[in-house]
Amino acid sequence: MQHDDVIWDIIGNKQFCSFKVKTKTQNFCRNEYNITGLCTRSACPLANSQYATVREEKGQCYLYMKVIERAAFPARMWEKVKLSKNYEKALEQIDENLIYWPRFIRHKCKQRFTKITQYLIRIRKLTLKRRRKIVPLSRKVERREKRREEKALIAAQLDNAIEKELLERLKQGTYGDIYNFPVHAFDKALENQEEESETDSENEAEDDEDVGKKEFVAEDDVEESDLSDFEDMDKLKGSSDEEESSEDEDESEEEMEMEQTETQRKSKGKAPLKGPVRRKRAYVEIEYEQEREPTPKARGT
Amino acid sequence: WKAIKYTEYPNDDLCLCPESVDSASAPVFPPTFSVSEIKNKQRRHLMFMRLKQEKRRLSLKKKRRKEREALGDEAPPKPVPKTIENQRVYDETTVDPEDEEVAFDEGTDEFSAYFNRLTNPKVLITTSDRPRGRTVRFCQQLATIIPDSHVYYRRGLALKRIIPQCIARGFTYLIVINEDRKVPNGLVLCHLPDGPTAHFKVSSVRLRKEMKRRGKDPTKHTPEVILNNFTTRLGHSIGRMFAALFPHDPEFVGRQVATFHNQRDFIFFRFHRYIFKNEKRVGIQELGPRFTLKLRSLQKGTFDSKFGEYEWVHKRHEMDTSRRKFHL
Repeated sequence: MQHDDVIWDIIGNKQFCSFKVKTKTQNFCRNEYNITGLCTRSACPLANSQYATVREEKGQCYLYMKVIERAAFPARMWEKVKLSKNYEKALEQIDENLIYWPRFIRHKCKQRFTKITQYLIRIRKLTLKRRRKIVPLSRKVERREKRREEKALIAAQLDNAIEKELLERLKQGTYGDIYNFPVHAFDKALENQEEESETDSENEAEDDEDVGKKEFVAEDDVEESDLSDFEDMDKLKGSSDEEESSEDEDESEEEMEMEQTETQRKSKGKAPLKGPVRRKRAYVEIEYEQEREPTPKARGT
Repeated sequence: WKAIKYTEYPNDDLCLCPESVDSASAPVFPPTFSVSEIKNKQRRHLMFMRLKQEKRRLSLKKKRRKEREALGDEAPPKPVPKTIENQRVYDETTVDPEDEEVAFDEGTDEFSAYFNRLTNPKVLITTSDRPRGRTVRFCQQLATIIPDSHVYYRRGLALKRIIPQCIARGFTYLIVINEDRKVPNGLVLCHLPDGPTAHFKVSSVRLRKEMKRRGKDPTKHTPEVILNNFTTRLGHSIGRMFAALFPHDPEFVGRQVATFHNQRDFIFFRFHRYIFKNEKRVGIQELGPRFTLKLRSLQKGTFDSKFGEYEWVHKRHEMDTSRRKFHL
């Protein structure tokens, strides 16, 4: 027999109900026929033998009703009525079917039906708009690709490749006459020769005087290729003026080197904006005074 | 465990921490230290084994060198170390420089208008909805790099509606940067008067202020473009897509160069300023943002995710099976 109060006493308050979800402030009911979703005495489908709900299936709303006469036949317990797609008509249908039913259930059915139609409308509107496609990433694949990218970066040797390409373009003459580097074979040979003699003189100088001497080498000398690039970039125009200024230092070692590089630079001809800008080594501009014997003043008559 | 025990040595040299690390990553001990002085048996054994290995390797090298010298001229050529690039599976779509068919195709494809100097590129850069700070800054920096580009923020507009408007206003390129979790991770590059659409995955984005030793901001001069290693047909078409982003005549006064370097299907983008020190040396300084791209799909028409005709799609299960096979 259906003793609603007894059932409620047991499942609602004292003992276990498998549909009940307890949270800090409220109890919810997970039963699919529940009309409000809360676990309360008047909304529990198990503890009310006369009960009604509105549910939707694939966009179509139905009214489900349960009466005590069919409580013994679980297969036929719920009566399903299809509601019209027209909102007002459906409300009338609900009223008509639930005539003489308790006010609470009638009201809640209509409320639920309203909510359902509202969310159905929203679904239809959203499907028309564009939607973000969410693509799942596989963590393994991501890790693999990241590693491969790192390896590829190392293998690429980007700086070298770019430099090579730029030099090739220079050789092929895509830059035209902007840069004044003479590409003539003779000048190249001259360069090579000068480089050789320069290195020779350096070696000689070093052999003689570097034995046992402590020399503090500035950072610039060691990382010329890196650092000098950046300093050069920013200061280009004022460079030519600075180079002409002379400094007095007593280091005879630098003499020969200086001469060589000075002549080298002059032979190349200065490009207006480019050209080696600032020497990193401490360098000496040496002015030579030559004493000449005073020419005897010719006193002529 | 790399710490060295300071024991008493006959000469009072302070043994410093290892200055140079061997290839076997063994610390260099001062010459008076022998392996047998290590008290821990396991570690002693380990070091001894390593020592033996080193000795064996050196002796093998020596022997091989002696054999080479003994043979003299008849010595077989030195074996070249195998790299992935060496071992790459030959792709049948690799472009031969003299291939006429390819030349003909390239003369009549969608970029021919650009390459015949009929049109000038005009680029529209936009993002996905609600971009975060990093993406916004990335877009702005891209806009400074690519001359004649405009950044517009998309506020919920559909791409399909944007595209006809862009065409009407004379844009040649549309770049959409997709964002995920506050970081740009995708790029859609769409050539506008119904040109191909390429979808890339973007990774390792470094904005300008995160770069080390960078220079001043890029100027408005048109940069040069370097495209490296685009060998196959697909690579060629992608390369042309990139080239068509920039105007034709680079201003050499600006001395800026944008590089797209393809290595193992990853396209590295860098932006540098160069200076020729002499004929043989050039210095480059990195400005500008850098990022890596990986091609995910190439579509024939403009962006159309549902009905588009895909020329190439990266299918992981088919294409990622071999480590030596690359498609670009």
